[in-house]
Amino acid sequence: MSLDTEAVARIAHLARLGVDDSEHESYARNLSDILSFIDQLNAVDTQGIEPMAHPLDASQRLRPDEVTETDQREKFQKVAPSVEAGLYLVPKVIE
Amino acid sequence: MHQKTIVEMAAGLRAGEFSSEELTRSCLQRIETHDAQLNSVITLTAEAALAAAQAADARLKTGDATPLTGIPYLHKDIFCTEGVRTSCGSRMLDNFEAPYDATVTARLKQAGAVMLGKTNMDEFAMGSSNETSFYGAVKNPWDTERVPGGSSGGSAAAVAARLAPLATGTDTGGSIRQPAALCGITGIKPTYGRVSRYGMIAFASSLDQAGPLATSAQDAAYMLEAMSGFDPRDSTSIDQPVESYAQSLEQDLRGLTIGLPREYFSEGLDAQVGAAVEAAIEEYRKLGAEVKEISLPNTALAVPAYYVVAPAECSSNLSRMDGVRFGYRCEDPKDLEDLYTRSRGEGFGAEVKRRILIGTYALSAGYYDAYYLKAQQVRRLIRDDFVQAFKDVDIIMGPTSPNTAFRLGERADDPVTMYLSDIYTIAVNLAGLPGMSIPAGMVDGLPVGLQLIGDYFAEGRLLNAAHRFQQVTDWHTRMPAGFE
Repeated sequence: MSLDTEAVARIAHLARLGVDDSEHESYARNLSDILSFIDQLNAVDTQGIEPMAHPLDASQRLRPDEVTETDQREKFQKVAPSVEAGLYLVPKVIE
Repeated sequence: MHQKTIVEMAAGLRAGEFSSEELTRSCLQRIETHDAQLNSVITLTAEAALAAAQAADARLKTGDATPLTGIPYLHKDIFCTEGVRTSCGSRMLDNFEAPYDATVTARLKQAGAVMLGKTNMDEFAMGSSNETSFYGAVKNPWDTERVPGGSSGGSAAAVAARLAPLATGTDTGGSIRQPAALCGITGIKPTYGRVSRYGMIAFASSLDQAGPLATSAQDAAYMLEAMSGFDPRDSTSIDQPVESYAQSLEQDLRGLTIGLPREYFSEGLDAQVGAAVEAAIEEYRKLGAEVKEISLPNTALAVPAYYVVAPAECSSNLSRMDGVRFGYRCEDPKDLEDLYTRSRGEGFGAEVKRRILIGTYALSAGYYDAYYLKAQQVRRLIRDDFVQAFKDVDIIMGPTSPNTAFRLGERADDPVTMYLSDIYTIAVNLAGLPGMSIPAGMVDGLPVGLQLIGDYFAEGRLLNAAHRFQQVTDWHTRMPAGFE
């Protein structure tokens, strides 16, 4: 499997990840190397094998539906780049 | 003072030979003197450390102390520490002061351990050489032109140089064991679910586990015991009592069956490393263990399966770094999309970007079955190999890493070769088993690690086997020149 620079740009967009145009080629090369390495997996017959989600096949633990967290909004928003009146600020989304 | 084990330190503290404050000052002094050569510490918290040491000294007098009370340690910068920068080795979190403590941080605090500061690491724990850190590469104290391994490279280098007696690490594909091997120290990654992941910045959630790095198995036993235990705040934490690892250390090894996977001694293993590992196995024979060859037939599939599972989970976990709620934000974003794209593009380094791209691709529409699902199926095959093997043997042994420490920059441009440095450690994470590395020899002045792999929750047995080896060998007591 190999990826071209266009594919890199498309994947970077999906991940909302800024990648310089000048780097597209080296990423395309690196990622293609990694993908052809991963392609070894295709040689394995995995018909009927259940995908493993947890090594001990544990399932998700449930807890009683009770309020356990306290309101710590101010503390958590102290580390935000930009907040006002308890809200996170971002560039205008709706004109 | 710095050459003592924590057991000796704890005895000295109780006998009044020195105080925790003196011990802490001595470690801070060593970091001051030696760390310019190593770059193992990102943030030093000297003032808080001295305050914690004074509190520990008071606690020691009350008789309510634990084996870690007053013992200094360095904390990998992946664990949230309230009010202290928690960077994860990334520009993205360079300005991030965690608003809460990770469970591991809280447990060590509760035990009275004294945090000296936060250690350097590969960015978001993605790397095998500690060269991907935003704060620069860490150097191996045995040869400062070489890598310490990664991603817990800062923790391993600092303990090897005796800047601190203990450090924390995390291990997603070998990130405790490989740097422990390359730096000549002892490190253990416990069973998946044994140590809480709460507040430990997630890389690949189905693989990540925390554990200690120390100069001996005995010291590691005390620290692992303090770190372990059920935590309702981690949904994959296992609700099972923690054994007293320190109590089982002395158990006799006669009757122990050791399995050597033939796949771990084949092509790709450096011959001298292989010879050192064989010599270590011979010591185990002398200790009364029975050794037999076994096979883990799907070994070669571990690294490719890992490079689907880990990037897929990382691309999902790292989507939270978006420049909105915490961390780095780009200058003058022109719209929301630009804010996300540039904050992430400028905040992450090259290796993290590679893995996000691979993971995003593997999870994108139409590819999920071919990659993630396939890798999870292969993962079961890999686990089943181990389950089969543990029907016949108690512990699996082999090399931790195919080579000794490589040179800085040597593999930086070749991700696949770099990934293969973790060939013997990755399968253990995929299977969720406990694994350990102990110093087992030297090749051309560089340490060789012996890996011990145990069945689920057999941490006590691993530490016991490691401790007995360390009673009859002195590899773990050797110190790099210039740091004695």
